[in-house]
Amino acid sequence: MIKSLIYSISFHSLMIILTVLSLPFMLREPVDLPPIVSVELIQISDKTRIPYAPKARKLIEEKKKIEEERMVSEQAPPSAKAKEKPDRIPMPNEKKEEKQIIKKKQNPEEIKPEIRQSSEFEKKEIIDTNQIAALIDKAKEVEAIKEKKSNKVTQSSQKNSFASGLTLSEEDALRAQIFGCWSIPLGLPYDQNLLVRIKLELKKDGTIMKSEILDHERMNRPGQKFYKVLAESALRAVRLCQPLKVPPTGYDKWKDLQLNFNPTEMLKG
Amino acid sequence: MKKILFTLLFYFIFLIKSFALIEVDITRGNLDPLPIAVSPLHVDVKSDNFKDLKVKELGENISEIIEKNFKNTGLFNPLKKEAFVQKPDIAHLKPRFEDWRLIKAQALVTGKLLIKNEKLKVEFRLWDLTAAQEMTALAFTTTPSNWRRVAHIISDKIYERLTGEEGYFDTRIIYVAESGPKSQRIKKLAIMDQDGSNTKYLTLGNELVLTPRFNPTNQMVTYMSYFRNMPRVYLLDIETGTQEVVGNFPGMTFAPRFSPDGTKIIMSFAKDGNSDIYTMDLESRVVERITEHSSIDTSPSFSPDGKFIAFNSDRSGLQQIYVMRSDGSNVKRVTFGKGIYGTPVWSPRGDLIAFTKMHKGRFYIGVMRTDGTGERLLTENYYQEAPSWSPNGRVLVFYRETKAGDKGEGFTAKLWSIDITGYNERKLSTKTDASDPSWSSLLSK
Repeated sequence: MIKSLIYSISFHSLMIILTVLSLPFMLREPVDLPPIVSVELIQISDKTRIPYAPKARKLIEEKKKIEEERMVSEQAPPSAKAKEKPDRIPMPNEKKEEKQIIKKKQNPEEIKPEIRQSSEFEKKEIIDTNQIAALIDKAKEVEAIKEKKSNKVTQSSQKNSFASGLTLSEEDALRAQIFGCWSIPLGLPYDQNLLVRIKLELKKDGTIMKSEILDHERMNRPGQKFYKVLAESALRAVRLCQPLKVPPTGYDKWKDLQLNFNPTEMLKG
Repeated sequence: MKKILFTLLFYFIFLIKSFALIEVDITRGNLDPLPIAVSPLHVDVKSDNFKDLKVKELGENISEIIEKNFKNTGLFNPLKKEAFVQKPDIAHLKPRFEDWRLIKAQALVTGKLLIKNEKLKVEFRLWDLTAAQEMTALAFTTTPSNWRRVAHIISDKIYERLTGEEGYFDTRIIYVAESGPKSQRIKKLAIMDQDGSNTKYLTLGNELVLTPRFNPTNQMVTYMSYFRNMPRVYLLDIETGTQEVVGNFPGMTFAPRFSPDGTKIIMSFAKDGNSDIYTMDLESRVVERITEHSSIDTSPSFSPDGKFIAFNSDRSGLQQIYVMRSDGSNVKRVTFGKGIYGTPVWSPRGDLIAFTKMHKGRFYIGVMRTDGTGERLLTENYYQEAPSWSPNGRVLVFYRETKAGDKGEGFTAKLWSIDITGYNERKLSTKTDASDPSWSSLLSK
């Protein structure tokens, strides 16, 4: 009796320990990274070749605004003073130090590339006259779904980040890369479920070992021709993007990857 | 004891597995046209000559038609031939996918043709370059003079494979060809391929003709003619050229259209300043009155299932669009916007109604759902009207007039097409000025 009780207690406690160890959310806390994300996103958009990176652009604009505010609040006063009192005694050492601090705050090394980058985006848009109409359209679409999008992205990222181990920026890098590769077929119906789930098995370098459409039986159903086309476009996107931008570490975490393609928001614009 | 250990191990593995799969949602992509390479078709050296056909150039010509069709859709971006790396014959056998991917193509069309015993045999293949596999392959045999149609049919098959929708390239457009000054306009019925080639005139231009419409088999056309200054609806057989008046109405009939099964013609009949909608059965010649109202009811158009009719009426004061059952019951007003609405046309898919709207002196072509919601105005101009659907319900063709000067100079009327998304507006090339277009269904169906 006592023996079996001991067995029972020891095995139950073992179970609990194992559960705690293997369930990630019981061990780790969700990573809270909002300010870091914004910086990394811009770097991502620099590497990928998305024709129009609205997220990055929005962030750049926000950065610009912040920078402008800083300039106004921190730089303007000294110059105004200088104008008012031109024959003033040279500033004491303390003030010089302050100036230096201000310079450091502005971080010219980090912010300047971003500004340059934004102008490159604009140039691209202007030069590509043939696609201006298309770009205007995209801009409209982006405007319309701006708020929704930002909320949704963060929500799903949070959901995934603690379940999977991919950080927000890692996931965003992957997502941004695939955005650029995916040509959404036009002429899809508005009122149908357009979710295509693709399961991937990846190699360490991000190339694809195996790809599988999870709802492939739907492809051959009558009246679902568009679904086949959509699924193929998603597969094409993944193959075009090879090697995928996966984190350098934690291969075991991401070697099986599921991508959920859904153009519904994009089409509704 | 072993069993327990195994169960534990299994439990442990299962727990890890169930949390291992990372899911990433992809909700955006680019809407750029798909880059596609159309390799010239390889002409078999054993080909015979056929009449005055330039056989050697045929492969190139067919690929050019396919390219032009694709470009006009706005959904594809045919790549320049100068960048092509493989010769047509080798590419058709087994393309080097990596070479084609290098020029950023995602799909490749190859083909070959042979003329033997006065028969043209064309085969083509569509390749998915990223997956490195064949998507579809077909062969056609026909008389060599039909080569343009073969090019259109190939375009349709590829379009269908890549978009999941039916194509609309092997189709024709009937329209009113116009010439002469505005006050003395000569109007003839003309028919052409959807890409503007093979124009033929069906009437001589002695009398005014308006609003030609195809029947579902594309053999018959109904239109309105001012023959002997009496405006009436006529029926014309395109093959034989025979014409006849539709019905024995004691007055003016206009705005005809076929029912979706082709057995009836629906039109307006005007008498004493009032016009109502009538149908006539082509076989039994029985005439049926559909609307009975003191207002002007006109421009009727059947839904593709034949159960409903859309028309415009001024019964509410201003001209608006109404929908009723095909027996005339249950009339419902569907447009409530500002301005005047007219020329409703039910989409072949059945989900939308295209219309013309006039508001503050400007003309709009738009689409809406069949209950009048979701109105989208696609294009705006000084004067444009008469939309007609492509057979797959994706594109509208209509005509647009430019403003004439005091003496009627500078006046032109041309056919235009626009995608139902509101993009890709294009002018169709016609030999003369043109109005009142009507798009046929697929000829090869």
